[in-house]
Amino acid sequence: MTATYITLDWTDLILAASLVVLNGVLSIWLHLRMERQFLIAAVRMCVQLGLMGLVLKTLFALVSPVLTGLAVLIMVLFAGREIMARQERRFRGFWAYGLGTGAVLFAGTLVMLFALATQIQADPWYHPRYAIPLLGMILGNTMTGIAVGMNTLSERVARDRNAIETMLALGETRGVALRPLVQSAVRNGLIPIINAMSAAGVVSLPGMMTGQILSGVEPLEAIKYQILVMFLIAGGTGIGVVIAVHAAAARLSDARHRLRLDRLELE
Amino acid sequence: MVCGLMLKIRALTRPGLSPVDLDLAAGEAVALLGPSGSGKTLLLRAIADLDPNEGAVSLDERGRNAMTAPRWRRQVTYLAAEPGWWSARPADHFADPAAARGLLPSLNLAPGMLDRPIVELSTGERQRIALARVLIQSPRVLLLDEPTSVLDQETTRAVEAVLRERLESGASMMFSTHDEALAKRLAGRWIRMTGGRASLEAGSAGP
Repeated sequence: MTATYITLDWTDLILAASLVVLNGVLSIWLHLRMERQFLIAAVRMCVQLGLMGLVLKTLFALVSPVLTGLAVLIMVLFAGREIMARQERRFRGFWAYGLGTGAVLFAGTLVMLFALATQIQADPWYHPRYAIPLLGMILGNTMTGIAVGMNTLSERVARDRNAIETMLALGETRGVALRPLVQSAVRNGLIPIINAMSAAGVVSLPGMMTGQILSGVEPLEAIKYQILVMFLIAGGTGIGVVIAVHAAAARLSDARHRLRLDRLELE
Repeated sequence: MVCGLMLKIRALTRPGLSPVDLDLAAGEAVALLGPSGSGKTLLLRAIADLDPNEGAVSLDERGRNAMTAPRWRRQVTYLAAEPGWWSARPADHFADPAAARGLLPSLNLAPGMLDRPIVELSTGERQRIALARVLIQSPRVLLLDEPTSVLDQETTRAVEAVLRERLESGASMMFSTHDEALAKRLAGRWIRMTGGRASLEAGSAGP
């Protein structure tokens, strides 16, 4: 299959940027006071993606397992930071960062390695051209699921504190007392990926597949890739959310079956 | 009257609570008196091991750390002043609702009350249903946090009679209250709490 895609000139981008300028003009005209934000966001995007392009170019040229591994690690650490930033009430100390990061590290790399070892079979298997984009897509969704799941759990446990403590006082185990909350937290974390799968192809054309089609790949081939990626994302999210929510529930209680809301920061 | 040592507390402490030593015999009731915030709830919760705490607590010479916490709390059960609910109807909170219905009349409650939505019940009704929820498990030691705080005189007497029955059949009890008359009627000894410090006073009415 020959890749027949239309390369873009810099002038094409400048032409497209005029649309952002249009947004800025609208903002000034309607007194939205967003023109500065538009400018900063657009410049940020150009710089960040430009740097990413350089990094990918270097990685692809070197095909080094160490450098690829380092890139993977940095991506995971950023995902963990994002999970922490999205928590309304964080754990105190190390766990604020460690718990979500550990879950996203395990789930993301496990599913990435699974795909590289079986479906993709790149040569060498750690080739960054496959590993990095796959991980990026898995990581983004897994991260969102974990953040939603952990947030739901801590919020509900604080809300239902009295009911949980009453069950514990009556001699129930922490597993029994926390079960309904763990279930609803996991459920909330998994809803986005179910929605994404349900809407794919009807409401939304997923970006990965659209990109492949634009670059000349046969639509049916692009769709096969997209389905594979959706399954990988579903697997990563499921594993990540289940691990993160159960670990958080364990951290919110202790071996003597006490509720430990003192391990969360105050609101 | 069943005699013999039951609950033994040695140097029990937690933040906000100075070390407490206490022996509670079978069939004995101890009242906890003192203003709000003086540590009555902290002490009761620490005995039930509901918050991190230090010290030795044992039941019939068996240390609580020798058993799982749920097992300990089934024998040494804490009832909060504002108990929690996790389902819409009181009946859902009992493993055996039929047995619970049999217990309600002694607490001046109609058996049908278990099937009404909890939100429709008064605070006093909820407090007594929560007491029934504890009593039906027949714990050896009752740790009751202001069990009659929202009850009128007549209902308080009914609850008192039920608790007295439990004491006579060998259970022990610690309860916090602002009702000094109740404390004198029901408890053999009183603990007065001030600023997290417990001091024991001998009561006039023996157990």
